[in-house]
Amino acid sequence: MSKYVIENQEKCEFLVHRSAFTSQEILEKEREEIFSKCWLFIGHETEIPKKGDFKRKKVGGRNLLFTRGSDDVIRVLYNSCPHRGALVCREDEGNTRVFRCFYHAWSFKNDGELVGMPGKDGFADDFNCDGAKNMKQVERLESYRGLMFVNFDENAVSLEEYLGNAKEYIDLVADQSELGMEALNDPQEYSVRANWKLIGENSVDLYHGMPTHKTYFDIKMEQDANAKNVKLEGIGKDLGNGHAVMEYTSPWGRPVARWTPAWDEEDKKEIDEIKQKLVERFGEERADRIANYNRNILIFPNLVINDIMAITLRTYYPVEPGYMEVTGYSLAPVGESEKSRLMRNENFLEFLGPGGFASPDDNEALELCQEGYLNNTGVEWNDISKGMNRMNNGEQPHATDEEQMRSFWRQWNKIISKDVKEKEEALV
Amino acid sequence: MTKTRAEIEAFLYHENELLDEWKLEEWAALFTDTGSYLIPPLKNPTANPATSLFYVHDDRKRLEDRAKRLLKKEAHVEYPHSKTLRNISNVRIKSQEDNKIVVRCNFTTYRTKRDVIDTFIGVQDYHLIVENDALKIQEKKVTLQLDSLRPHGKISLIL
Ligand code: FES
Ligand SMILES: [Fe+2]
Repeated sequence: MSKYVIENQEKCEFLVHRSAFTSQEILEKEREEIFSKCWLFIGHETEIPKKGDFKRKKVGGRNLLFTRGSDDVIRVLYNSCPHRGALVCREDEGNTRVFRCFYHAWSFKNDGELVGMPGKDGFADDFNCDGAKNMKQVERLESYRGLMFVNFDENAVSLEEYLGNAKEYIDLVADQSELGMEALNDPQEYSVRANWKLIGENSVDLYHGMPTHKTYFDIKMEQDANAKNVKLEGIGKDLGNGHAVMEYTSPWGRPVARWTPAWDEEDKKEIDEIKQKLVERFGEERADRIANYNRNILIFPNLVINDIMAITLRTYYPVEPGYMEVTGYSLAPVGESEKSRLMRNENFLEFLGPGGFASPDDNEALELCQEGYLNNTGVEWNDISKGMNRMNNGEQPHATDEEQMRSFWRQWNKIISKDVKEKEEALV
Repeated sequence: MTKTRAEIEAFLYHENELLDEWKLEEWAALFTDTGSYLIPPLKNPTANPATSLFYVHDDRKRLEDRAKRLLKKEAHVEYPHSKTLRNISNVRIKSQEDNKIVVRCNFTTYRTKRDVIDTFIGVQDYHLIVENDALKIQEKKVTLQLDSLRPHGKISLIL
């Protein structure tokens, strides 16, 4: 049996051991088994639209370059010089035909090929005949609907297979414009002094909505008295492979196509038109789902797609067991009018940003959990059981239940407790 | 009526004192009826809010909402209130014409909570208006001189 996760169906109890959030040993195992073997989100293809564009990224603890070569091919290169290891590129982003390592001035084409080295006469003529001195590409790079993922494991299953049932929900986001979606410039880079897994939990946790974000809802209710009548209601789902979603009715305006009295009549006209287009493309039912329902999607291990009052793509990586680095992108429909885009951005920063009226309170909640784990080791287990009783009665779990989190934890446990299981089986 | 450097500095010190003392509604009242308070993206201080995501882009109503929210017990991130200390320096009066004054200063804001200190540094640009001989803020733009919000993680304070 696992040391960290206990699921007891009859008792309707699901427990996670708090060492999962504090142990350095577990973090090292996560680096090896999760961040080196799962598909990890690196960015959206629209972040590097032109030949020669690049962005520097840190993914899974690696320094990477997300590039579009002069041949228009997107690649991901390890940002480490094949000579002696220096970071080749120090700019966060830009456009270039060559990357030049300043240490001994080796230079590389934007596809990674070594094209120049001073003092060439000191190297054999066939020095790079096998390409070993080029900048190395990551083992795997695949994309789904513009979202690009890397994998450092040659033998990983395909991205599509990995995403599995989550694709249905990514599609509901990606379908919001017939021209496709784009990531806005200037992602928000922040941190939380808490374990990385807590932000995944928090992102599919509707149970905390009211108590944690009351001040946000106070402001929304003041803007629109009817907001009160829309309860945060919907379903929670385990999507397999550790992915999960909650889908629920929206009490706030959604710039894709749900108007709110906080916006003016002119906006209503535009939003009606957007909705109409969705109906033409997908029919009433699917258009309604895209326009009026919120979706918080958790892609194992560390991508959150919140399609709520705006759309954020969030990734987060542990630096220490109690500290993570977060990057939040805003995703928006290509071709959106400037007015709609502005409403979307206002919606985003009001709730989702580090300067907003909600996310800072989430941040605080996670930091308080982390403090609790560190200082109160006498209390050993987290409880994540909400809704198990309903499921025992054959009911669909609610969005305010915790099945979404259990989905993550089951997969995490399968990976992290793998050799514990192997050892037990060997004993039998 | 031109304002002297001393008067302008005294006004900025007063604003900072209100914030350090958590007199946030009084702070909001320093703004004109159409005043605004902005924090643009870190790497793109001249960004357009319609195409780029700001950290803060408050019109007069929202900056008042911000002040009111932070005084509530349910603004968990600042309850109990952090201790803060704001220093401003290098005050430059960029222009003064009719009743409009443009001022720039550097700032350092320290926030301490639960034994952790966060330091915010940057430049503040003010558009001030003289209304009935009193100074009011038409626009306050805060440009953070940080690579990222790490380790701060949030801008829960008014900067
Ligand atoms: S380390 Fe890059 S050229 Fe030597
Ligand atoms: Fe939240």
